[in-house]
Amino acid sequence: MPSETIELRGHIIDSLILPKVLDEIIARGSTFKIGEIRIGEQRTDQSFARIEVTAPGADELDQLILRLRQHGAEVMERKSVQLAAAPADGVYPQGFYVTTNQQTFVQLEGSEVEVQPALMNSAIVVDLVAKRAQATKFYGVKKGMEIVVGHQGIRVAPLQRSTARADVFELMSSNVSVERPKSAVIREMAREFQRSREEHGRILVVGGPAIVHTGAAEHFEKLIKWGYIQLVFAGNALAAQDIENALFGTSLGVNLENGGLAHQGTQNHMRAINAIRGAGGIRQAVASGLLKRGIMYTCVKNDVDFVLAGSIGDDGPLPDVITDAVEAQKAMRAKLEGITIAMMMGTMLHSIAVGNLLPATVKKLCIDINPGVVTKLTDHGSFQAVGLVTDIEPFLRELTDFIEEDR
Amino acid sequence: MRDLLLCPPDYYGIEYEINPWMSRARGADTPLVQAQWRGLHEKLLSLGCNVHLVPPQPKLPDMVFTANAGLTVGRKFIPSNFRHKERAGEAPFFAEWMEKHGYEIVWLPDDQFFEGEGDALFAGDALFCGYKFRTDVSAHRSVADILNCLVISVELVDPRFYHIDTCFCPLTDGGAVWFPAAFDEYGQRTIRDHVPGLIDVVEEEAAHFSCNAVVLEREVVLPEGAPELMKALGKRGFNCHPLPMSEFLKAGGACKCLTMLMPQRESVA
Repeated sequence: MPSETIELRGHIIDSLILPKVLDEIIARGSTFKIGEIRIGEQRTDQSFARIEVTAPGADELDQLILRLRQHGAEVMERKSVQLAAAPADGVYPQGFYVTTNQQTFVQLEGSEVEVQPALMNSAIVVDLVAKRAQATKFYGVKKGMEIVVGHQGIRVAPLQRSTARADVFELMSSNVSVERPKSAVIREMAREFQRSREEHGRILVVGGPAIVHTGAAEHFEKLIKWGYIQLVFAGNALAAQDIENALFGTSLGVNLENGGLAHQGTQNHMRAINAIRGAGGIRQAVASGLLKRGIMYTCVKNDVDFVLAGSIGDDGPLPDVITDAVEAQKAMRAKLEGITIAMMMGTMLHSIAVGNLLPATVKKLCIDINPGVVTKLTDHGSFQAVGLVTDIEPFLRELTDFIEEDR
Repeated sequence: MRDLLLCPPDYYGIEYEINPWMSRARGADTPLVQAQWRGLHEKLLSLGCNVHLVPPQPKLPDMVFTANAGLTVGRKFIPSNFRHKERAGEAPFFAEWMEKHGYEIVWLPDDQFFEGEGDALFAGDALFCGYKFRTDVSAHRSVADILNCLVISVELVDPRFYHIDTCFCPLTDGGAVWFPAAFDEYGQRTIRDHVPGLIDVVEEEAAHFSCNAVVLEREVVLPEGAPELMKALGKRGFNCHPLPMSEFLKAGGACKCLTMLMPQRESVA
């Protein structure tokens, strides 16, 4: 949304000019943020206020500013961002601006350009000719690229809480608790899934192997089949245990039907990985009929895209796993376009990694048995995050039950 | 004894239209103009004022409205920056005359419109300034800087009352006469907050420019056609001197517009 910074000075308190200006901004459907205010101490002292005004559209902003000028508002001249050239491939210049996951705009020679994508811990590469500003990770930087330095000409638009309705994110605005009315929260999450679907949003699930070994895979598969999930990010473990379960009925050797340890069960894990390696990959194993059920099978059958990222302790890994961390990050980022909800379940490593890739506008649901993980995730610079401390199986069971009721 | 500045109406006439009162189709009656202006001049002299006359200039018909020459405080004179080019030519003549008579001339920046005492009247320790139609708020700030006084800015919303002196008239007892509907709600609230003893003028009398009065201690010189206001002022101990002003009303002016106080204040508190 377009915005301008105005300054008011004079006897703006005694004359009620300040309240009048603020009222006028609100009455015209715009919002304001007071950047600085100095109230005169003596009767003859003048006061000063610097106010950032944001309007729903450019025309509305023009009309508003025209009116505010009558009340003596002076529009601050926007200074362009300062740029410096990248000294080498993969290196930002000194004093580079570090991005947040919030919507960010840069002032480029008189016009304001949105930085794409909203990606935290990056630098902003500017193309003055094309009037483009791109949040760019180290590996995307080439020597000589123009990169924003300092803070001049940068505007960060903090996320506005929706006032239209109280959704689960507003209801659960406080921090994480293990003593929450879980059913109520899960029901709200189910509604959020429905809303996302109605509004053609896309839902990402970041999952750990706990989905499989807690016996929650069948619920997860339902969500995939019903078309609620569009993208899955995981590590080697989720896929390997899911495939072990699909091929042998065990997860790390434990029989998921009766909880008993299968005969020579601990080897099942390695045999499952080997089978997929032999097939050439998960998709090939589905195509050949080797893999006939499970989460990964359901993803392939329902055209749900997935990215598996490797880590040091992985067995195998499966051929689909991207073991180069930078390549894995690139693959994930390339698929994030249009994601509206990210549900992170039972994995600290992958959840935090993905959390860093997401813009603040993406709503985050974090479910983990460990309160520490949930706190860490929901703390991540966005109030659009809801955390629930619970086991994955009862959570997913209840979520799918609610969704089924509403379908 | 108050020093006042007037300008004989030798070149006065309705030659352009810069407010809703003006219509070139409805010209001023010259003999009546002379008689009404002389009536005011004589009345002010009879009330013991020291009246100075600035020489009128051809092609500047509104120079007769000296309240818009500028604002005088002590020996400082802040000349107007007229919004309309039709009147802009008056400023140098007023400034030259004031300078010749020993006043320090303090010009405002060119881009800040300001129409003198027409939009700047002291009440209590505050200078009340109107804005929007003729004067800019930015000029209020500059005036506050020059005079180091509290300036209360109020928005005028009725184009018939385009200067503050057409709808607000401070009295010497600390109160004021005003037509509230000429101000927006914030302006009304501000005036009510700062000025005790307000006398509201009804619309019919306000339309006769009853607020456009010259107040000299207990004497109030105002256009005729305001029986209710005169009654209210009488009750407060003021003597009213109604004068016919029909020919100046055709240009959107009356007693106060024809008079500049020299100075309006000796100093600011």
